[in-house]
Amino acid sequence: MSGFTVVNPGMFSLIQDAGRHGFHNIGITTGGPFDNYSFNWANRLCDNLESAACLEILVGGLVLESNISTQIAITGADAPIKINDKSVDGWRTQNISVGDQISIGYASAGCRSYLAVAGGIQCPQIFGSASTVKREKLGGLHKNGQALMQGDLLPCNTSQVKITRSVAEQYRPQFDGDVAEIRMILGYQQSQFETSQLDRFFTAVYTISQQSDRMGYRLEGPAISTSNNEMLSEGICLGAIQIPADGQPIILLCDRQTIGGYPKIGSVFSQDIAKLAQLMPGRKIRFKAIDIEQAQILLRQSAQ
Amino acid sequence: MNKGFPKIAIASENSVIVYFSERPCAKTSSLIANTSKQLNNNLSNKLIDLVPSYHSLLVIYNASTIDHLTIEKEIHTIVSNASDKELANGKSIELPVYYSLESGPDLRRLAKHTKLTIDEVISIHHQTEYTVYAMGFAPGFAYLGETDSRIAMPRLCTPRTMVPKGAVAIADRQTAIYPSQSPGGWNLIGLCPTTMFDPNQHPSTLVEVGDKVSFKAINRDEFIQLGEKYQLSSIER
Repeated sequence: MSGFTVVNPGMFSLIQDAGRHGFHNIGITTGGPFDNYSFNWANRLCDNLESAACLEILVGGLVLESNISTQIAITGADAPIKINDKSVDGWRTQNISVGDQISIGYASAGCRSYLAVAGGIQCPQIFGSASTVKREKLGGLHKNGQALMQGDLLPCNTSQVKITRSVAEQYRPQFDGDVAEIRMILGYQQSQFETSQLDRFFTAVYTISQQSDRMGYRLEGPAISTSNNEMLSEGICLGAIQIPADGQPIILLCDRQTIGGYPKIGSVFSQDIAKLAQLMPGRKIRFKAIDIEQAQILLRQSAQ
Repeated sequence: MNKGFPKIAIASENSVIVYFSERPCAKTSSLIANTSKQLNNNLSNKLIDLVPSYHSLLVIYNASTIDHLTIEKEIHTIVSNASDKELANGKSIELPVYYSLESGPDLRRLAKHTKLTIDEVISIHHQTEYTVYAMGFAPGFAYLGETDSRIAMPRLCTPRTMVPKGAVAIADRQTAIYPSQSPGGWNLIGLCPTTMFDPNQHPSTLVEVGDKVSFKAINRDEFIQLGEKYQLSSIER
């Protein structure tokens, strides 16, 4: 088979495409790229379909060896990239020849890199997607939710395209700043929170806890109390900010459970989920409310 | 439709939640199942996903093709005209369960908690017909309700790190079958040898929201004939 051999899988590298949609009714979550902004750019650079399968690389340490000639693009975190022994840039296409070794070192800012290959990784699908969800044992190369392993072969097609494309500096994410501002839409259950609790939530600085992953980010900071902790379980959308009994917010992300019973103060604006994806545990965030009209205008603008 | 319902509220920039009643019941479940079907028929190209649950339906839509006011209006029309009759293709299935102390390590505690005998707990559990109110937690995990209040029991204080595939369990007034091995905090009362979720089959789940489930008690020999014996020795006590 032609493609890339995994010489070193790195810390935690996953195959992700646009995610698994239409199966929430039987309890299957979406998966999909955590930072979909970087994911989309990686595919766009390679002239791929929006849904083409890429690699999502947590922190780094990935080494691949190619047995084809093709083109790749790496976006996302600031991580050193080498082709053989030569340092190359991210956010632009790189031509790959047979025998080339591609390595992504440890990120110095941000924490998730995306590697797209021309035509996409030819990964089998399950429930309409190749996205890897470890908890559900679905997706990935072996369809069983397993992360990349040493010796895996990523099937890819040869590409003769050599055109160089790159993303202009102003469109690349900035990872600096002490406290990241995360925009959110106040939810339908905000009436369960007293004004004093909402004030507390919006003035607080929260730290991303060590118990954070693609399923959810647990936050540490001022506790928020609610008037209603007993609720029937109901559907949970991407980015929902739930407040459990201990008052420490949890943001539910790509691999979230589909239903749950904690009150929700609102939901993170999808464009800022990409920002969260690049924040490691220990980093700090603050919330800012935007209204739904504003959010939908921003979404339509970015879709154009 | 219940008075004051449906209630539709914004959940996020591309989802709204629809509430159908104050409390879950079989009629509400049918209404949710019928509404889901209608939404799929009428708006499929604008929808991303639907999450039916006890008394609600989360509707996730493509916000670049439809705005929240328009989708709310469309949903309102569909829900107002939806039927609360059971879906014509809704299923009723009977599942075998081996209830015993070896397959249900929490039976004794449950009997003590509810001041019933173990046999009474078992017979009350399989004398009820349940409705699939929701699916979630894991692929194919069906929340069945409601159990008789006499056998209700809260979740374990400390969840087990491993509950075997097929475990039949109770939490408050809900019951469920674990479709695959996973951590879990429900009280285990037996094992069901029937596969509830198989990603390689179509359909991949045995039941859907709105379906009816009843249980039939089987003995150890029947279970071993139908099931996988190793599960009996692998349960965390």
